[in-house]
Amino acid sequence: MNKELTREERTDALGGMGCKRKRVEDARFTQGKGNYVDDIKLPGMLHGDFVRSPYAHAKVVSINTDAAMALDGVVAVLTAADLAPLGLHWMPTLAGDKQMVLADGKVLFQGQEVAYVVAKDRYIAADAVELVEVEYEELPVLTDPFAAMESDVVLREDLMGEGGALPDGAHGPRKHHNHIFTWEVGEKEATQQVLDEADVVAEEMVYYHRTHPCPLETCGCVASMDKVNGKLTLHGTFQAPHAIRTVVSLISGIEEHNIRVISPDIGGGFGNKVGAYPGYVCSVVASIVTGVPVKWVEDRMENLMTTAFARDYHMHGKISATKEGKITGLWCHTTADHGGFDACADPTKFPAGFMNICTGSYDIPTAYLAVDGVYTNKAPGGVSYRCSFRVTEAAYFIERMVEILAIELNMDAAELRRINFIKKDQFPYQSALGWEYDSGDYHTAWDKALKAVDYDGLRAEQAQRVEDFKAGKTRKLMGIGLTHFTEIVGAGPVKNCDILGLGMFDSCEIRIHPTGSAIARLGTISQGQGHATTFAQILATEIGLPADSITIEEGDTDTAPYGLGTYGSRSTPVAGAATAMAGRKIRAKAQMIAAYLLEVHDDDVEFDVDRFVVKGAPEKFKTMKEIAFAAYNQAIPGIEPGLEAVSYYDPPNMTYPFGAYVCVMDIDVDTGVTDIRRFYALDDCGTRINPMIIEGQVHGGLTEALAVALGQEIAYDDMGNVKTGTLMDFFLPTAWEVPNYETDHTVTPSPHHPIGAKGVGESPHVGGVPCFSNAVNDAFRAFGLRHTHMPHDHWRIWKTANELGLHG
Amino acid sequence: MIPAAFEYHRPKDLEGVLSVLVEHGDDARVLAGGHSLIPMMKLRMADVEHLIDLQDVAGMSGIAVDGGSVRIGAMTTQNDIITSDALAGAAPIMHEAALQIADPQVRYMGTVGGNVANGDPGNDMPGLMQCLDATFTLVGPDGERTVAAREFYEAAYMTDRDDAEVLTAVSFAAQAGGYAYEKQKRKIGDYATAAAAVLLTKEGGVCTSASIAMTNLSDTPIWSEAAGAALAGTSVDDAAISAAVGAMLGDIDPTEDNRGPIEFKRHAASVVLGRAIARAWSRA
Amino acid sequence: MSGKKHITMTVNGEAQEFLAEPRELLIHTLRERLNITGPHIGCETSHCGACTVTLDGKSVKSCTVFVAQADGADITTIEGLGNPDSLHVLQEAFKEHHGLQCGFCTPGMITRASKLLEENPSPTEEEVRFGMAGNICRCTGYQNIVKSILAAATEMNAAKEAAE
Repeated sequence: MNKELTREERTDALGGMGCKRKRVEDARFTQGKGNYVDDIKLPGMLHGDFVRSPYAHAKVVSINTDAAMALDGVVAVLTAADLAPLGLHWMPTLAGDKQMVLADGKVLFQGQEVAYVVAKDRYIAADAVELVEVEYEELPVLTDPFAAMESDVVLREDLMGEGGALPDGAHGPRKHHNHIFTWEVGEKEATQQVLDEADVVAEEMVYYHRTHPCPLETCGCVASMDKVNGKLTLHGTFQAPHAIRTVVSLISGIEEHNIRVISPDIGGGFGNKVGAYPGYVCSVVASIVTGVPVKWVEDRMENLMTTAFARDYHMHGKISATKEGKITGLWCHTTADHGGFDACADPTKFPAGFMNICTGSYDIPTAYLAVDGVYTNKAPGGVSYRCSFRVTEAAYFIERMVEILAIELNMDAAELRRINFIKKDQFPYQSALGWEYDSGDYHTAWDKALKAVDYDGLRAEQAQRVEDFKAGKTRKLMGIGLTHFTEIVGAGPVKNCDILGLGMFDSCEIRIHPTGSAIARLGTISQGQGHATTFAQILATEIGLPADSITIEEGDTDTAPYGLGTYGSRSTPVAGAATAMAGRKIRAKAQMIAAYLLEVHDDDVEFDVDRFVVKGAPEKFKTMKEIAFAAYNQAIPGIEPGLEAVSYYDPPNMTYPFGAYVCVMDIDVDTGVTDIRRFYALDDCGTRINPMIIEGQVHGGLTEALAVALGQEIAYDDMGNVKTGTLMDFFLPTAWEVPNYETDHTVTPSPHHPIGAKGVGESPHVGGVPCFSNAVNDAFRAFGLRHTHMPHDHWRIWKTANELGLHG
Repeated sequence: MIPAAFEYHRPKDLEGVLSVLVEHGDDARVLAGGHSLIPMMKLRMADVEHLIDLQDVAGMSGIAVDGGSVRIGAMTTQNDIITSDALAGAAPIMHEAALQIADPQVRYMGTVGGNVANGDPGNDMPGLMQCLDATFTLVGPDGERTVAAREFYEAAYMTDRDDAEVLTAVSFAAQAGGYAYEKQKRKIGDYATAAAAVLLTKEGGVCTSASIAMTNLSDTPIWSEAAGAALAGTSVDDAAISAAVGAMLGDIDPTEDNRGPIEFKRHAASVVLGRAIARAWSRA
Repeated sequence: MSGKKHITMTVNGEAQEFLAEPRELLIHTLRERLNITGPHIGCETSHCGACTVTLDGKSVKSCTVFVAQADGADITTIEGLGNPDSLHVLQEAFKEHHGLQCGFCTPGMITRASKLLEENPSPTEEEVRFGMAGNICRCTGYQNIVKSILAAATEMNAAKEAAE
């Protein structure tokens, strides 16, 4: 036998938590052997394609499918009339509304699904789409939610009661026929009183524009109905496969045990792949009708125009403070543009997601938030694009309001934040809008960040730049963007978090094999986060078997335990906790087996890295590998054979990752061109499982933040036409436009999470967007700017400079 | 995004190309690198029944520098331009501009001929050709003719080329003096918000000649004779640059798009042009 | 109106011969006809580079090439760069430096990078960023992709030197 390893060597050999383990996923991806939805090819498979509305609001007068059906190779053309007898021409949305699967008499947004063509290959399907004749009668178009709330035009006749009555919606009373809900949190009167009596009040309308998650892989599925066995298999780009299975069962009537949903490799999600889309329903119906598999994969234009927009929040804010800068109150009224159907992906009780995290990192005693959801002639969606539910909106709002307050107070924005941070000893902290922040040490993070970038030096340099600009020596201004964000992730406690009535717990099931390797299955699904790598690390540390001997499997509802999927940075906080807890069950049984083998009492052995040792006699031990074998070959009195465990974890609270970011940006006042000179990101995600992967997540989230802040938008003209339907106009930066980032961290573990981890995938996006935006705004502060809206593309920056008179 | 079906032709010589063009008139289109035409066909915004692939046609690519003159075959790619030492000496502005077109992959496929013949106001080469006072060689059923780049463009996607003609080469005199190709865009792969091509010569501190053209600021490229004239005979000081910019602003007619409103584009044009002139002058 | 055309091509060293509609896009030929699914479809308008292959020595976006244009061509995809027993240096480097996350852009990214390093064996960071600007990644923010390519360049140069 080899020489005895030291404890440290044994720990390293596990590849457990905290190490920069290389990803096990990479072998197949780097060799082109990933298995994405569009790679799936089943015998006899047909292809589906949509006829879509060119109009944003129109009556569908008639649909003629004769010419399309006559085309050789076309198998079927489905319209709402075909789906109606099955009750599938409409489907429920995640937000308690319903959505047309195929146009039922009218269309409400450009690109809406009107008919579904099924053909032998995608070329024939595309040809047939051109041959479907649809007669439309255009209706007045509403693209502005404020105008929609004043308009006589009724977008959703299906929601009107008898004689023009206005029945309640899924979230209570509606104020107008284009109104969806009002959601209120906090104390309205008390907040108004605080504002009335405050030394200083800053007020601003902060608009967070509509954008889109735009993962590189679009949405798609392959539906395969096996009529002999009555089983439906649905492969798809699903961030929540189990939830999709339940939804498909509920709307199709197929019993849930006869449905198998499989999420194969997913080419990025970022929230786009949480929802259920008409393409899935039509493909399932088409497979049932034809008896063969049907594939549907949207193209990029369809993706940008129809599935899953994000943001589109008009946030009217007021923030009050004493003249010394102590914040006393926060008021926010948001008008939320939800498009033609309310398909926002939020927990049921939170129609505006966790927007009530908008008090941010600050100790604000009194606050009030109201959100009004409104229908318009835009695509439905409202997903959480790389953030927890509406948390980017909240973080952007508070981080802009704090900057504007600093201007009002004539204070340094870093100092204003410092004097208002929730203090370390205030945690767990009860926020005015109802959350209990688990842990934090904001002052330490903030000071570390400011020191790392030499904040005072930067401000001095900026002041000199302003002087130089005024003296005509330069045409470039310098912006210093600051952000201290607090996220709320890990949804969530079943007592208040559910989607369509499904509690937002998550799960892990572990089987240890006799030879000491293992498979663990989870209810989540990786879309690039590296779950197969990191969850094995958690387990390696928990059960003392090498990470390399542990297979992680997700995404197949026939084998994985029920879970709510991956979005909102919930995988590590919820499924990661389930993994640790299941691992501990394994360890508890292993302890009994070890004690039996060592012929001592259970309490006389203790876990030590990869083994159980007899207390006080470490030379007497049984390794986990030995214990695993014993579990399968020894008859141990009172203990069942085998070594398996399952855990369903209902988190007691959310987790609250936070971070301190600084961006230094140069802005060419004449062209509006921006240059990010430096970006420093300090993240505190609690316990760090794999620093390499964390860093990668931060780089990626910041880059998506850069895109959103500096140009990425879904823009409409007044007729409701999408102006940004391809990657020519929808801004995804290349390597050339993206800087190198400096990453840093502090570690404040979550007290309620089994391993103290908080989740990190979305923090950099949540914190990054306001940081980039604050840098742009800050560059013009010396010239009197209070606030300018995103996206800060060249012409909008130019316009800001122009309005400030900086072009002479 | 799936294109409609078409008949594919891949002739080996120009005769073969012309016979298809003559037979099918405007139902036929020639295909060079395809990176403008194919996306339009995939979006079903271009209806092409007969597609004539030029890749096998002999004699249509290559860069020939002969003393003071340069001839570039239409099928020469942007990447060929970037990697040509001969061209780097004879017309470094071509190198500077080609690097600012699209992205690496597109530059391997995108050709000079396609870029100048398509008539897309967003393309960079047309303005550059006007700046260089290039001539285009067109071959049709009635033989070969040449047309000045400055006379070629009529409106967006409308040029002097007859439906039955093929643009086979561009020719221009080797450049002398200072040069600059300045382009503002939103990201790699984007068309210009504003782009300027400037060539000028200098003797004893005085500008002796200047040629200036701009891209994507009208429905055709804009070569402004007045802008060039405003620099000639001056020391290219601020006043002269302002005069040149002013002259150019009188000739452009931008439209609003996602890159911004007209007012911004006019401003960006003036800044981009001013910088291009200054850079060209510094190199003269 | 359009008949099928007889096509021959060499893909990853293997001769292929088939009949296809001229309009068939090369990316579909590879993925659906030849079951070479490494190259992916991302944007379909030649902006994202997920479909990048090497065609007759050029980095090309195969979503914007008709199969008829590629008749007679020699094509290399990610599948032809390395194999499980002998990975390409770039394939190793992307794993080593965490140059990928969801993996969807990776085949196009590595295929393009292989051509870049062939043409410029010792690029600067700026040259890598410029030379890779035809490939979009939504996950990594590029920092580790650039790092991977630079590391691969160093390693390939060292191997070359050792061999000389």
